[in-house]
Amino acid sequence: MSRFVDRRLNGKNKSAVNRRRFIRRNRQQIKKAVDSAISGRSIQDIGNGEKITIPKKDLSEPNFGYDYGGVQDRVLPGNKEFNRGDQIKRPPSGGGKGRGNEASEDGEGMDEFIFEISREEFLDFFFEDLELPDLVRKELAAVEEEKFVRAGYTTAGVPTNLHVVRSMRGAMQRRIAIGGKYKRRLNEVEQQLRELEAENPSSDLIPELLEEMHFLKARIASIPYIDEFDLRYRNRVAVPMPSTQAVMICLMDVSGSMTQDKKDLAKRFFMLLYLFLNRNYEKIQLVFIRHHTQAKEVDEQDFFYSRETGGTVVSTALRLAHETITERYPPSKWNIYIAQASDGDNWDDDSPRCSEILINQLMPVCQYYAYIEIGEHSHVGTLWREYIKVDQTFSHFAMQRIEAASDIYPVFRALFKKKGVAA
Amino acid sequence: MSRKQPISTSSEWTFELLEAYDREIARVAAEYKLDTYPNQIEVINAEQMLDAYSSVGMPVGYKHWSYGKQFISLEKNYSRGHMGLAYEIVINSNPCIAYLMEENTLTMQALVIAHACYGHNSFFKNNYLFKTWTNADAIIDYLLFAKSYIAQCEEKYGEEEVELLLDSCHALMNLGVDRYKRPQKLSMREEHQRQKEREEYLQSQVNDLWRTLPSYGTDGDEKKEQRFPEEPQENLLYFIEKNSPILEPWQREIVRIVRKIAQYFYPQRQTKVMNEGWATFWHYTLLNTLYDEGLVTDGFMMEFLKSHTDVVYQPPYDSRRYSGINPYALGYAMFTDIRRICEDPTEEDRRFFPQLAGADWVKTLHYIMENFKDESFILQYLSPKVIRDFKFFSIHDDDKEPVITVSAIHNDSGYQAIRESLASQYNLGNLEPNIQVYNVNRRGDRSLTLRHYLHNRRPLNDETDEVLKHVARLWGFDVRLESVDHDGRVELANECLAGKERKR
Repeated sequence: MSRFVDRRLNGKNKSAVNRRRFIRRNRQQIKKAVDSAISGRSIQDIGNGEKITIPKKDLSEPNFGYDYGGVQDRVLPGNKEFNRGDQIKRPPSGGGKGRGNEASEDGEGMDEFIFEISREEFLDFFFEDLELPDLVRKELAAVEEEKFVRAGYTTAGVPTNLHVVRSMRGAMQRRIAIGGKYKRRLNEVEQQLRELEAENPSSDLIPELLEEMHFLKARIASIPYIDEFDLRYRNRVAVPMPSTQAVMICLMDVSGSMTQDKKDLAKRFFMLLYLFLNRNYEKIQLVFIRHHTQAKEVDEQDFFYSRETGGTVVSTALRLAHETITERYPPSKWNIYIAQASDGDNWDDDSPRCSEILINQLMPVCQYYAYIEIGEHSHVGTLWREYIKVDQTFSHFAMQRIEAASDIYPVFRALFKKKGVAA
Repeated sequence: MSRKQPISTSSEWTFELLEAYDREIARVAAEYKLDTYPNQIEVINAEQMLDAYSSVGMPVGYKHWSYGKQFISLEKNYSRGHMGLAYEIVINSNPCIAYLMEENTLTMQALVIAHACYGHNSFFKNNYLFKTWTNADAIIDYLLFAKSYIAQCEEKYGEEEVELLLDSCHALMNLGVDRYKRPQKLSMREEHQRQKEREEYLQSQVNDLWRTLPSYGTDGDEKKEQRFPEEPQENLLYFIEKNSPILEPWQREIVRIVRKIAQYFYPQRQTKVMNEGWATFWHYTLLNTLYDEGLVTDGFMMEFLKSHTDVVYQPPYDSRRYSGINPYALGYAMFTDIRRICEDPTEEDRRFFPQLAGADWVKTLHYIMENFKDESFILQYLSPKVIRDFKFFSIHDDDKEPVITVSAIHNDSGYQAIRESLASQYNLGNLEPNIQVYNVNRRGDRSLTLRHYLHNRRPLNDETDEVLKHVARLWGFDVRLESVDHDGRVELANECLAGKERKR
């Protein structure tokens, strides 16, 4: 006799362990795939899951087996036209692979293993031990605003918060609940009285019933129409409102010396910053400011891809950034992050002006300022020398040089290293 | 037979209905003399089916990344709709565990019960390969032991270390079976107690082998030195388990576990056509009997026949859907045809199968199921009619010739050739390279020499070097692979020097 067992409620994630092991084993490749995914995406939709492609050979579970070749005799179904002794041209490349029984078993023909990791896994691969500077402070300590939100009803409160409908409904419920039995009895008594008066007006019962009727009426009348007990007040509680919005201002030099390659490097840097902010803030606004001798606010497409030429005056961009902040993003309401990318070129007499604007205007209002300089390490521009002064003054200022795409990730990590982990 | 009330008229299943169907199917199965282990039928949902799938049919599996890989790719294919899930999985154990998917309709559940719980189940219990090589009573216990043992090792020696070892063992899994020597039964209750003793004993044995001090006696000695092993050994994992100079006792135990599991699955790899054909033949026969008795409705039969037809469809070789010969189709066709030959033989059948014509079909089928594997089954019983129905033809493909030749088709002169050719296609010995342990250099560098005995000049694939690295990891010293061709010429094919390949 068979036994039936209902296992549907048993755990279903038996394979989760093995999946985790698979991911752990292939950390390297997955990380690489994640890194390369960045270049293909626009800043804002970077934070989705990602399709990971791993070369099959890295995942192989090798076995001894035959390759195509030698002498093979095979039986195939579905003969239509062949007769014994017919000669068939060998199909090119792989010679009939994927046709025979064996070939189809291992000849999948795909040399890549593709699967998807979730958004969470994707982001975790970036931000394992990263954290923005002072973020914790801003989030936990510096909550400046509180918001009142509704939280049901209470029995005590100030008159302005009285909820009339609720209170009246409560009163009515109470009256029905308390007076119900008297009313029912009253109806019975009145009914009896009517009947007696019609049949036997001289009955002794009548005065008795009348008395009871009066008593009941008095009882019912004594139930208060509204009681303090019925009153309901709207309840509001104060909920601390964290600043859940951030603005990220991207500044980039688009002068002639910034080649597309350099811009691509910058783009990756901005993307990474966006991603991290996105994890910590509900809303992030992006502001793109590009500059050569003049600064201009543009959209993302123009920012990264339009060609400009000309000289470089960095201070114009800084000034525009400051104006934007003052006009649209008051520091009391917004977390401001500024990321600047440049190749280090600047008009010599402009650089001191830049550090001045930074020190006096931008650094006091922003959460973090990151500057990357794209170019060879040997070449030190005036801008770099000026920025070093800023770096020494402010702890929430960071500057790095990067040369190639492979530098970006380490630089990023260095910039936003978790406090306490290092430095 | 009098018409009865159908068991059900709706397609929604309930446990009561499943039991009712199971009762009736069991009754009919007994009439046909199907002898089974008791059934344990477990209803699971699709996600659990994915889990069961990715652990390659082991109800209790140890942890390994390769199962995760399997799971990820199955999940991907399933969620994109590239693949439907199997309706059932059945485990060769006693009681025989079968999984039914919650999503199946009542008809499908009945089909699966007939197919798995009576078809496969009776095959597991009665086929000679399964009887000889597997012990259904002990397998669940053994898998539990394996899982907990490996988990303990992970705790003691680290996940990484265990994973590396398992990777290497998996690479040699196909060479971890005894093909001819009858194995000891898996006796797992004692396994636990005996495992400790074995550890000590094994280690002492290995030490013995390697204690032999190099004796620099006369030169004559050197030449006469006996090879070790004296005879080539086909079971590579067994040889490594017993003789590897570097493995720790716990590592030997893990090698043993992988080897035992490989052995457990070995009969299944040799009986795909028969096993699936048998189960398909019986679900068809059992449910048709229920229909004849009036226990199932016309609607039930329509749905059942639709699935049945899909299962036994064989696309022609030039179809986009062709992916080898469908074992369900071939096996089902053969068993069905054997029944036909018994009951209603033609002139041709009498010529080919004099002993079958007119015999009792139930007895004949049982005899065949009990005593054959795919290779011998096809060689013996592939009838001309089945060859014609499948329009089989055989080709001869020699890479030294410019063209492929059609060597036989479905006509009088071709039947025998096709039979032989198809049978050898199911001979695992032909499908997998014949690689054996040939020699260990005990006095010198302790290197291990394997020999590949070429078959039809077929070359090894490009994973060979990778596999050798795994052998070297298990052996600890250099590993060489020599190939021996038809004429006995030996040449060095691949080589893996242990020192360089110790890392992953």
